[in-house]
Amino acid sequence: MLLPFRLARPAEPVFSPTARWGLMLIVLFALSVGAAEAQTSAGQPGILATIWKWTPLLAQGFALNIAISFLAMAIGTAAGVPLGICQISLLPPLRGGSWFVTQFFRNSPWLVLLFYCMLLLPFEVNIAGHIVPIPGWIKSTVGLSLPVMANMSELVRGAIRSIPAGQWEAADALAFSRRQILWMIILPQCVKRMTPPWMNLYAILTVATPLCSVVGVSEAMTLTRDALASEARNELLVPMYLYLLAAFFVYCYPIARATQALEKKFAVK
Amino acid sequence: MDFSPLWDWFRWLNGATGIKLTIFYDSFDRWRFFYGFLTSVRLQATCLALSVVVGVVGAWLQGARSRILRGALQGYIQFFRNTPPLVQLYFFYFALGYVLSVEGDGGLRQTLVSSFAWAVICLSLYAGAFNIEIFRAGIEAVPKETVEAAEALGYSRLGAYVYIVLPLAFRISLPALNNNLVNLVKTTTISYAIAVPEMLYVANQIWSDEVNVPEMMNVLLIAYVSLVGVVVLVMNKWERALRVPGYVS
Repeated sequence: MLLPFRLARPAEPVFSPTARWGLMLIVLFALSVGAAEAQTSAGQPGILATIWKWTPLLAQGFALNIAISFLAMAIGTAAGVPLGICQISLLPPLRGGSWFVTQFFRNSPWLVLLFYCMLLLPFEVNIAGHIVPIPGWIKSTVGLSLPVMANMSELVRGAIRSIPAGQWEAADALAFSRRQILWMIILPQCVKRMTPPWMNLYAILTVATPLCSVVGVSEAMTLTRDALASEARNELLVPMYLYLLAAFFVYCYPIARATQALEKKFAVK
Repeated sequence: MDFSPLWDWFRWLNGATGIKLTIFYDSFDRWRFFYGFLTSVRLQATCLALSVVVGVVGAWLQGARSRILRGALQGYIQFFRNTPPLVQLYFFYFALGYVLSVEGDGGLRQTLVSSFAWAVICLSLYAGAFNIEIFRAGIEAVPKETVEAAEALGYSRLGAYVYIVLPLAFRISLPALNNNLVNLVKTTTISYAIAVPEMLYVANQIWSDEVNVPEMMNVLLIAYVSLVGVVVLVMNKWERALRVPGYVS
């Protein structure tokens, strides 16, 4: 008999300690710093000192990445949940329309959507005579929240479909209306099922935020490149990029671990 | 076939409505957009194939006896899964690309690896890291008895892996694999950032030259959605054809 296919398997004990990966990155980083230090000519500040000098600026950029990810996740979730519910609507046009919107944004590359929003959204809006400027990072947040919305919609639809039909039938037998069944019986059960993939979606969104640098938002990636450009020292390239990669890793890896732990906890035995 | 009436219609459309679709009636723009499209497809196909190879080899190495090898592999997987692909690409192209360059004539540095090759390497490794986990899960779903039966028939570890475990595991993990491969096709657009002349990059050149941002943006979006849509359709068909009968995960 074939065994069940499980992606979220807890890591084997040999690999499990988080510290090991952190350590590996630090070793990699230290090696690159060491190698770069050897190339530093006399009279120049050391590699570590240079990186430390830029850290406050990079941290500001990274904070913007986090802010974009929070905001895009909030917008995407708020828009994606109703869209997902519409996908199981009994009205064919609503169902078909929401299916189309979901598939369209799920199938379009994130970067293309980002360009789309960046170039075609207005840079300022006129609200009752007041000119309100829309900064680039807001526009790119909207761009990122579109694919999040579509993925969220699919998550909701999948979760609702994964609830056994018996739940619907039992609620029906107890004379709940369709709306009541959805709100009081089905969706509460979906929340638990959707939490791990929702966290996974957040992690995916977070690693997608540097895309905003391509459309000119001053986030961590842009600032790293600016710092490298102003230093104009080639031996700085490897350590600096590794530093940024490590920052993202430190933020995303715990989320991935927590997702796995939750999946394990919620797994049906 | 003669397309000139069609091209003329788009030229008329520009005159009548101002919708400036130069990629249809301007042969220079048409060809560069077409080559951009081809580059995109070539990049996607190469990355798809290589990432599957990385996944298969990696999943096999995960069963290796050496702890160091397994540890290094796990480090690679976690690193690529939890860091932004764009930063990885920059790291490969600018940082490693600099390390792997030589002093050419006149003091200019010559890179040894082209931007297209860096995009292929980086994206294959990125998607490969996910594929390893997917194949691993598929391999674990193959029962021990099947492998033991293969061993009893005199298969070596590699032989049993190639002829018995992998074909079964492949079919089991196909839905998850498809998902990841579709993601890879979408992620190839980031190679725009290192000036690989794919569709997004070419479209950017065109809208800079012709000042037709909204038109090109819509063309681009439709082109990508159709491209990915075709991949999704083919993959789903394949998935249904290769489904293990009676297998419910």
